[in-house]
Amino acid sequence: MFKITIDNILIEVEEGTTILQAARMIGGKVVPPAMCYYTGLKGSGGKCRSCLVKVAKGSAKDPRPMPKLVASCSTPVQDGMVVENTTSAEVQEARKGVVEFLLINHPLDCPVCDQAGECDLQDLSYGFGMEETNTREPRREYPVVDIGPLIKLHMNRCIHCYRCVLAAEQLTKKRAHGMLYRGDTMEISTFIQTAIDNDFSGNMIDVCPVGALTDKTFRFKSRVWFLNPMNAHRECSKCSGKVTAWMFGNEIYRITGRKDQFGEVEEFICNECRFEKKDINDWVIDGPRKIKRQSVISSNHYEELKKGSIIHPIEGTTEPQE
Amino acid sequence: MGRAILLDKVNIPGIRAFEVYRAHGGYKPVDKGLREMTAAQVQQEVIKSGLRGRGGAGFPTGLKWSFLDRKSDKPRYLVCNADESEPGTFKDRYLMEKLPHLLIEGLILSSYALGVKTCYIYIRGEFKYLVGILETAIREAKKNNYLGERILGTDFSLEIYVHPGAGAYICGEETALLESLEGKRGNPRIKPPFPAYKGVYDCPTVVNNVETLATVAPIISMGGETYAGIGTGKSTGTKLISACGNINKPGVYEIEMGLPTEDFIYSEEYCGGMKNDRMLKAVIPGGSSVPILPADLILNTAKGQPRLITYESLSEGEFESGSMLGSGGFIVFDEDACIVRNTWNLTRFYRHESCGQCSPCREGTGWMEKILYRIEHGQGRMSDIDLLVRIAKNIEGNTICPLGDAAAWPVASAIRHFRGEFEAHINVPCTMYNGQMKEERAL
Ligand SMILES: Cc1cc2nc3c(=O)[nH]c(=O)nc-3n(C[C@H](O)[C@H](O)[C@H](O)COP(=O)(O)O)c2cc1C
Ligand code: SF4
Ligand code: SF4
Ligand code: FES
Repeated sequence: MFKITIDNILIEVEEGTTILQAARMIGGKVVPPAMCYYTGLKGSGGKCRSCLVKVAKGSAKDPRPMPKLVASCSTPVQDGMVVENTTSAEVQEARKGVVEFLLINHPLDCPVCDQAGECDLQDLSYGFGMEETNTREPRREYPVVDIGPLIKLHMNRCIHCYRCVLAAEQLTKKRAHGMLYRGDTMEISTFIQTAIDNDFSGNMIDVCPVGALTDKTFRFKSRVWFLNPMNAHRECSKCSGKVTAWMFGNEIYRITGRKDQFGEVEEFICNECRFEKKDINDWVIDGPRKIKRQSVISSNHYEELKKGSIIHPIEGTTEPQE
Repeated sequence: MGRAILLDKVNIPGIRAFEVYRAHGGYKPVDKGLREMTAAQVQQEVIKSGLRGRGGAGFPTGLKWSFLDRKSDKPRYLVCNADESEPGTFKDRYLMEKLPHLLIEGLILSSYALGVKTCYIYIRGEFKYLVGILETAIREAKKNNYLGERILGTDFSLEIYVHPGAGAYICGEETALLESLEGKRGNPRIKPPFPAYKGVYDCPTVVNNVETLATVAPIISMGGETYAGIGTGKSTGTKLISACGNINKPGVYEIEMGLPTEDFIYSEEYCGGMKNDRMLKAVIPGGSSVPILPADLILNTAKGQPRLITYESLSEGEFESGSMLGSGGFIVFDEDACIVRNTWNLTRFYRHESCGQCSPCREGTGWMEKILYRIEHGQGRMSDIDLLVRIAKNIEGNTICPLGDAAAWPVASAIRHFRGEFEAHINVPCTMYNGQMKEERAL
């Protein structure tokens, strides 16, 4: 067992645990936000840099601090390690920078986005973002690509976290989708626009932290905060059949995996459960799903903000030149 | 006079051919190493030599070799990094083109020291014409029993394969290179684990630069201690410098470490002074990724000492007033060069070459490029300059691989030393290139 201190809280964890996992065991404010790491997906993490923390002391044996901030999701703990997250101004500053980077090319179309209310990027922005925008460059736009009848891809909203690529690789038999090009023109696409059709492709919707991959069968049907999440199950030959049914009255609007407080599903579910079983008689309803309301779904979340999010005009002009 | 250790044979006609190379003392170091020394002794000489990596970071080569996981029962690999794509750096290309057998010698000796049976040369895709040269050299060496099974009758066997890249700067970063070598998309890996434990195909691997590995041959030939006697301080031996820009004699020069930059720029032996007798304005001394220095700071350090071409001297003053030796790409600007335009151009390169994995680099390089494009074209605002500094700071140190830093430093240093020039561009399209502006695009 290794002893590690995060934001002055001491915890004992097993060897091989990452800093992020250790912080999640403590819970609450010390947990760094994770936009690309996903426990159920091998090789995820390290990319978005929103989980950066400072290692003030490397280990009991080698107490030197690490020279750079490290990604907590992919850095294993050492015995005697001291980590600073909320207590480090440097970390807060860097995280603010990461949020800004994730937003400069984001279309900010939350009003018409199905993910609004349960979007990790919204949460991240409310939690750590700035109140004004500093960019006036044109935002990146991708050509629209149709990836089939079940999943809607909005490439403009993508934050390139790779989760869906890993999900496609690890959950489905044949990967028909991946990352094309590089740098800021990088793009998720199904190769040669082959429609993704296999039994577990729908999980890409659940792992996507933003509204880049959404459920076509639920498109524009309802705001998520108007629906009641209920635990439901059925006999299924392909998956566990344990899902969350999002209901309005007696109607099922959509089916998702059962997400925990960190937005990760307990189990991946099959496409039949997700897309085809929308009748209340298909399911045994177990009762309300207790969602830890860390998301903007919970309206109280706004109360902690000092100021409203006003977009300040820069230097007297909001008109982009040319 | 500089001492030629690497390029001593470069002017001999036909030196690319094995017979000619052999006739001029070639492969003697290999004979010596394999016949008279143990693997550990070869490594010991490299440690003694004080050789530091020539690929950019300057990490001590002997130390890197000692990290190689020798307990693992998996095969070990040596990978020669010949991806040389850094703007301003063209020394490895020269070395491989002129003296392919020198590199082969270095690879044989290094593989012997490391206990490696398979060695890859990962070569930049655009260097297609070099693939043939290297493969011919490998074939010749094999015919003469310097490669293949039981080299020179010893127990040591080695195969060298040349693997061309597909045109990405990022594949020069060692872990992206390994991904690419495995046939995957060239995304840098998250470290740890380091290649010394999990490199290519998850096996222990050493990645070194072409020049680093080539230097192992003269080190074995003259002995590590003799080599360490050349140069100054922790910068031992000689270094290939590729000089370009507004100078009279651009080209690749071998210099003894410790040569003053002033001598390098103005002496007839090297750059031959500034072209058309213009004034020196600035130098990027180590390839496009290192900070730019204005004329006074490249010739003398902030403390007034002459600036020398060594790892220590070039980085003296850190980011305030120093730079880095980097990969030895020496880019010289005269008074007519526009720093803003140059910075924009470099940023365009990094934007294009970012692999796109991590947010600060993917988004930050593109953002900086768009802002610099506007400034260069007279559409900037005063606040853009501080914004650039802030973006560079938010990228630096927060990325997966050093490409993020490499993109941030040129911008931060150009603004630090030439702020006035950026300010002069605000609202005024660049005057230095009036009438030459070809690339138009929507802002
Ligand atoms: C973006 C990037 C590009 C690089 N390109 C090269 C290259 O073209 N050639 C090279 O030898 N090293 C390059 N490097 C450095 C390598 O990662 C690695 O440090 C080097 O090959 C180690 O060799 P050395 O120890 O002999 O210097 C690059 C690094 C980065 C971050
Ligand atoms: S589509 Fe979603 S899951 Fe896939 S990379 Fe983009 S943001 Fe991540
Ligand atoms: S720093 Fe840039 S090039 Fe390096 S891994 Fe991140 S996005 Fe890719
Ligand atoms: S969650 Fe750690 S880098 Fe994205």
